[in-house]
Amino acid sequence: MEVKKLEDLVFQTRRDIVRMVHKVSSGHPGGSLGCTEFFVALYHEIMNINTDFNMDGINEDLFFLSNGHISPVFYSVLARRGYFPVEELNTFRLLNSRLQGHPTTHEGLPGIRIASGSLGQGMSVAIGAAQAKKLNDDSSLVFSLHGDGELQEGQNWEAIMYASAKKVDNLIATVDYNGQQIDGSTAQVLSLGNLEEKFTAFGWEVINIKEGNNISEVVKGLTKAKERSGNGKPICVLLHTIMGNGIDFMMHTHAWHGKAPNDEQLETSLEQNPETLGDY
Amino acid sequence: MKEYTYTEKKDTRSGFGDGLTELGRTNPNVVALCADLVGSLKMQDFIDENPERFFQVGIAEANMMGIAAGLTIGGKIPFTGTFANFSTGRVYDQIRQSIAYSHKNVKICASHAGLTLGEDGATHQILEDIGLMKMLPGMVVINPCDYNQTKAATIAIAEYEGPVYLRFGRPKVPVFTPNDQQFEIGKAIQLQKGSDVTIVATGHLVWEALEAVKELYKEGIQADVINIHTIKPLDENAILKSIKKTGCIVTTEEHNIYGGLGESVARLLSTNDPTPQEFVGTNDTFGESGTPDQLMKKYGIDKDAIIKAVKKVIARKNK
Repeated sequence: MEVKKLEDLVFQTRRDIVRMVHKVSSGHPGGSLGCTEFFVALYHEIMNINTDFNMDGINEDLFFLSNGHISPVFYSVLARRGYFPVEELNTFRLLNSRLQGHPTTHEGLPGIRIASGSLGQGMSVAIGAAQAKKLNDDSSLVFSLHGDGELQEGQNWEAIMYASAKKVDNLIATVDYNGQQIDGSTAQVLSLGNLEEKFTAFGWEVINIKEGNNISEVVKGLTKAKERSGNGKPICVLLHTIMGNGIDFMMHTHAWHGKAPNDEQLETSLEQNPETLGDY
Repeated sequence: MKEYTYTEKKDTRSGFGDGLTELGRTNPNVVALCADLVGSLKMQDFIDENPERFFQVGIAEANMMGIAAGLTIGGKIPFTGTFANFSTGRVYDQIRQSIAYSHKNVKICASHAGLTLGEDGATHQILEDIGLMKMLPGMVVINPCDYNQTKAATIAIAEYEGPVYLRFGRPKVPVFTPNDQQFEIGKAIQLQKGSDVTIVATGHLVWEALEAVKELYKEGIQADVINIHTIKPLDENAILKSIKKTGCIVTTEEHNIYGGLGESVARLLSTNDPTPQEFVGTNDTFGESGTPDQLMKKYGIDKDAIIKAVKKVIARKNK
């Protein structure tokens, strides 16, 4: 896909995110905006997928969102990729909706393969799905996304140790490396130390995407990750992003992790992100 | 009164191991995971015959539950194996979100449940696992009574689509159910017929109930004995039908009376047909080191405790 088209999708997704959280005065715009380029690249350029959703996902690439609170970006990208009607974004966080606050399979929303929200569980699930692919002689890949703060959950390190020991080399786990979490910066709350060295010491191959909010760089980095798969090591992508990216007053702060904009702030947000593909 | 005899004693965990081995031969989608307890869970035969379908995860139960959930995506039927304590309490949130809420077809197979693991003591003797698991929406909870029934249950749950908690134990106990039984999830089994009292038992306590009934019979008390191998979904009809005849009931389990089978039965009775009930189980306590027999006696979950409860509940009925 041309870069211009991907950029159009990024602008439209940002609009979707802020409109969704504004409508219900709740939700998580900060991390969603930071990962918008990643989701657009993954679903429109990188993954080989079948939007006629089937839970088992045989012979297609799979994606697992571990930090489920950034559901707004996930829902927007799934809808605009064709998994379900874009109009359904209107139901985000409402009673009887398939678009729960955190993603779930419970309401049968196409595109979701596991519930997430309670942090630290997604990498184990992605590993299991990757090992099922190997058993099925299915050469497609499994992708996952994790918050950097989320790596404070110990289960991740069980999974990180396991994936390299068992040579789960069809797994590409991306860390949203924005350095922010609810109570402040990761450095203030609980320093992650040197993540690249940690993953490397655990036997992973690490690929840095230094400009995680540059769609061309994200496509380039994820393409490289795909090329490096199948070499005996799981792959970690450190995606350097800016929380709240694309809306100036939400950037470089943890303040918008889980807070919705008011009417005026919504207007400013939308002015900074012109409509490209039509609002839902 | 029907006679129950046995020619050998075997551990229920071996029933699981042998059931899993049979599944390995008959169902190519069955896979197994273990957290460094292959010998304790009797999984070696399955591993020898199907090395590619076994996942040794090391001492990392949370990761094991997540991997099991992931393996279902792609059509596998994962059986996880570790002790009951580490199969439930230790990984409750992983089970809740990645397995139960996500409705994944994972079979959580838990050995060394209850007091009868013995000398290891209270850190390993979980008496709360039935409660934890039955509270999860959509979770099936099974606690078979002997080797043959555990083997049959292991084979049966592979055919059921959805999460299952299968609980079994370490000690060698009498094998008294048929070796060719068909296990039906949620279907109680009537073991004795009587009209004075209903005894509802699960797991290791089923044999104790049969032993108690022998002595009660000598005293002229005839008991209806029901083996409730499936605690959820509960066979409500079997229990309600029995108490219509007997008018009083004793529930018995190797579990805390807070949250176990007894409470499920009490809820059923109070909402349908209030009936005098006595609970045989541990009473809001942790266990301790000792032999299985010593512990069952000390904590009041043996034949003698059942006899006492039966007499008490009949007296209450007749008041």
